[in-house]
Amino acid sequence: MTPTQTAIALWTLVHKEIKRFTRIWPQTLLPPSITMTMYFIIFGNLIGPRIGEMDGFSYMDFIVPGLIMMAVITNSYSNVASSFFSNKFQRSVEEMMVSPMPNWVILTGFVLGGMARGLGVGLIVTIVSLFFTRISVAYPVLTVGVVVLTAALFSIGGFINALLADKFDDVSIVPTFVLTPLTYLGGVFYSISLLPTFWQNVSLLNPILYMVNVFRHGFLGVSDIPVGWALAAIFTFIIVLFVIALWMLERGKGIRS
Amino acid sequence: MAEPALSIRGLTKVYRNGFHALKGIDLDVEQGDFFALLGPNGAGKSTTLGVVCSLVQKSAGKVSIFGIDTDRDFARAKYHLGVVPQEFNFNQFEKVIDIVLAQAGYYGMSRREALPRAERLLKDLGLWDKRRGSARMLSGGMKRRLMIARALMHRPKLLILDEPTAGVDIELRRSMWDYMRRINREEGTTIILTTHYLEEAESLCRNVAIINHGEIIRNTGVRELLAELDTETFLLDLSEALEEAPRVEGFEVRQVDRAQLSVVVHRGQRLNEIFDALSQQGIQVVSMRNRANRLEEMFVSMVEQGNAEHAAAVGAEARA
Repeated sequence: MTPTQTAIALWTLVHKEIKRFTRIWPQTLLPPSITMTMYFIIFGNLIGPRIGEMDGFSYMDFIVPGLIMMAVITNSYSNVASSFFSNKFQRSVEEMMVSPMPNWVILTGFVLGGMARGLGVGLIVTIVSLFFTRISVAYPVLTVGVVVLTAALFSIGGFINALLADKFDDVSIVPTFVLTPLTYLGGVFYSISLLPTFWQNVSLLNPILYMVNVFRHGFLGVSDIPVGWALAAIFTFIIVLFVIALWMLERGKGIRS
Repeated sequence: MAEPALSIRGLTKVYRNGFHALKGIDLDVEQGDFFALLGPNGAGKSTTLGVVCSLVQKSAGKVSIFGIDTDRDFARAKYHLGVVPQEFNFNQFEKVIDIVLAQAGYYGMSRREALPRAERLLKDLGLWDKRRGSARMLSGGMKRRLMIARALMHRPKLLILDEPTAGVDIELRRSMWDYMRRINREEGTTIILTTHYLEEAESLCRNVAIINHGEIIRNTGVRELLAELDTETFLLDLSEALEEAPRVEGFEVRQVDRAQLSVVVHRGQRLNEIFDALSQQGIQVVSMRNRANRLEEMFVSMVEQGNAEHAAAVGAEARA
């Protein structure tokens, strides 16, 4: 394909993906907005004042970056996992496979679609949070950079999940049993400095902790872990997972007999 | 001489469960041909076509499309290829127009180029009025035509149709035949067709390959194949009921029911002899038709013979 044809193919796929999740907005955009509003009301407004300050900030201000990041992670992941698996299930993935579109375009198209939903929901949650607190961003470039990288990473993760999945249950297992616990234990609602040393060290094995902390550092200027190290880790994970996903696609894993 | 539209050499497919779906088949389809790939269920037709359009990974062998080796440059070969699969394989929740435009986009066609093409194809195939509707609301026949429109969006030179008229009513099937003939004749599109309606293959195709147990057991012209038919059975509808079948010297005449006879005519025999003999006995024939499609008779006999040989070979292998 020429570069122009490749760009058209990529845009077609990204446009299709964005159209898909906006068409079914009551399933994709509305629920996370409502859930996060509940978090803001219950944890931020009702329980937060009794908790007091966390790392020198009000509890509401502390949880806002974590909740935005949680929304971005779950939505990026589940968008690609469910969309690509649905394409497999309905066999419409064959439309792409019989076309001359390179595999990296297929992967990138789905990942950009997942990022669009993750970042879109993140923006909605940010807007909702403005009804509860005033947000100030200490490092805007870092904040945007880390949320974009995180959305990319989890979109790729969702793609791999969909490639490996044989049934719909398989695309809900990872979000339910892996992503949700890791997100809740990834410093969304608390600073790991509250934990005993042993559990602090265990927490450092959780990749989501790094993303939440760097994102919070972008907002508030505080972090439990070194920011540069965390960014390098996210970037490395993206490259490794992208290569794995592309290799699986080239091998026809889960899509070619 | 022009490169074949499709050239297959030594194509082998062994599935993970050990099933030997293709056993080194060779096949050439010339440019501009209307070609039928026939075989019973599980013979290897869809596997062959699946390999050609990259949905199935081959175990060994070579596939070239218009001279382009798919191992070297599958992407370039795919530009020449349009595929209409057996099963519906589009997102049922998308609009008809979105499905065909997205397919054009996957081939790098700009929207400006794709829109008039989509309009023309959807109008030709009677789907233009449905373009804004969800694909799941279409009838089975319309869904098949949607897959044909989608496959033709990028103007392929080779169109693969895997049972395109399965489950389609007779009137619609005829109109689809006319459309396929038209794109083959007027646009020079090479068409490879698999079908269970052998009447379809006889009516549309110039050449045919018969595949059974993963092997091509015959590859020839449809006319040449039909010329080999030794016998043909005709059904004669009579004006009046008969108590028993009449005797006609040299012909095998049986009673199907009181007002219908079946007559086996061997090669070299003339139908006039039958009519003369029946007229002399005061029996009037009001209409006549083939008991089965001619190609079907040939196909069934070849497949049965192939199955018997296969069973014998498997038995010998087991004994060894």
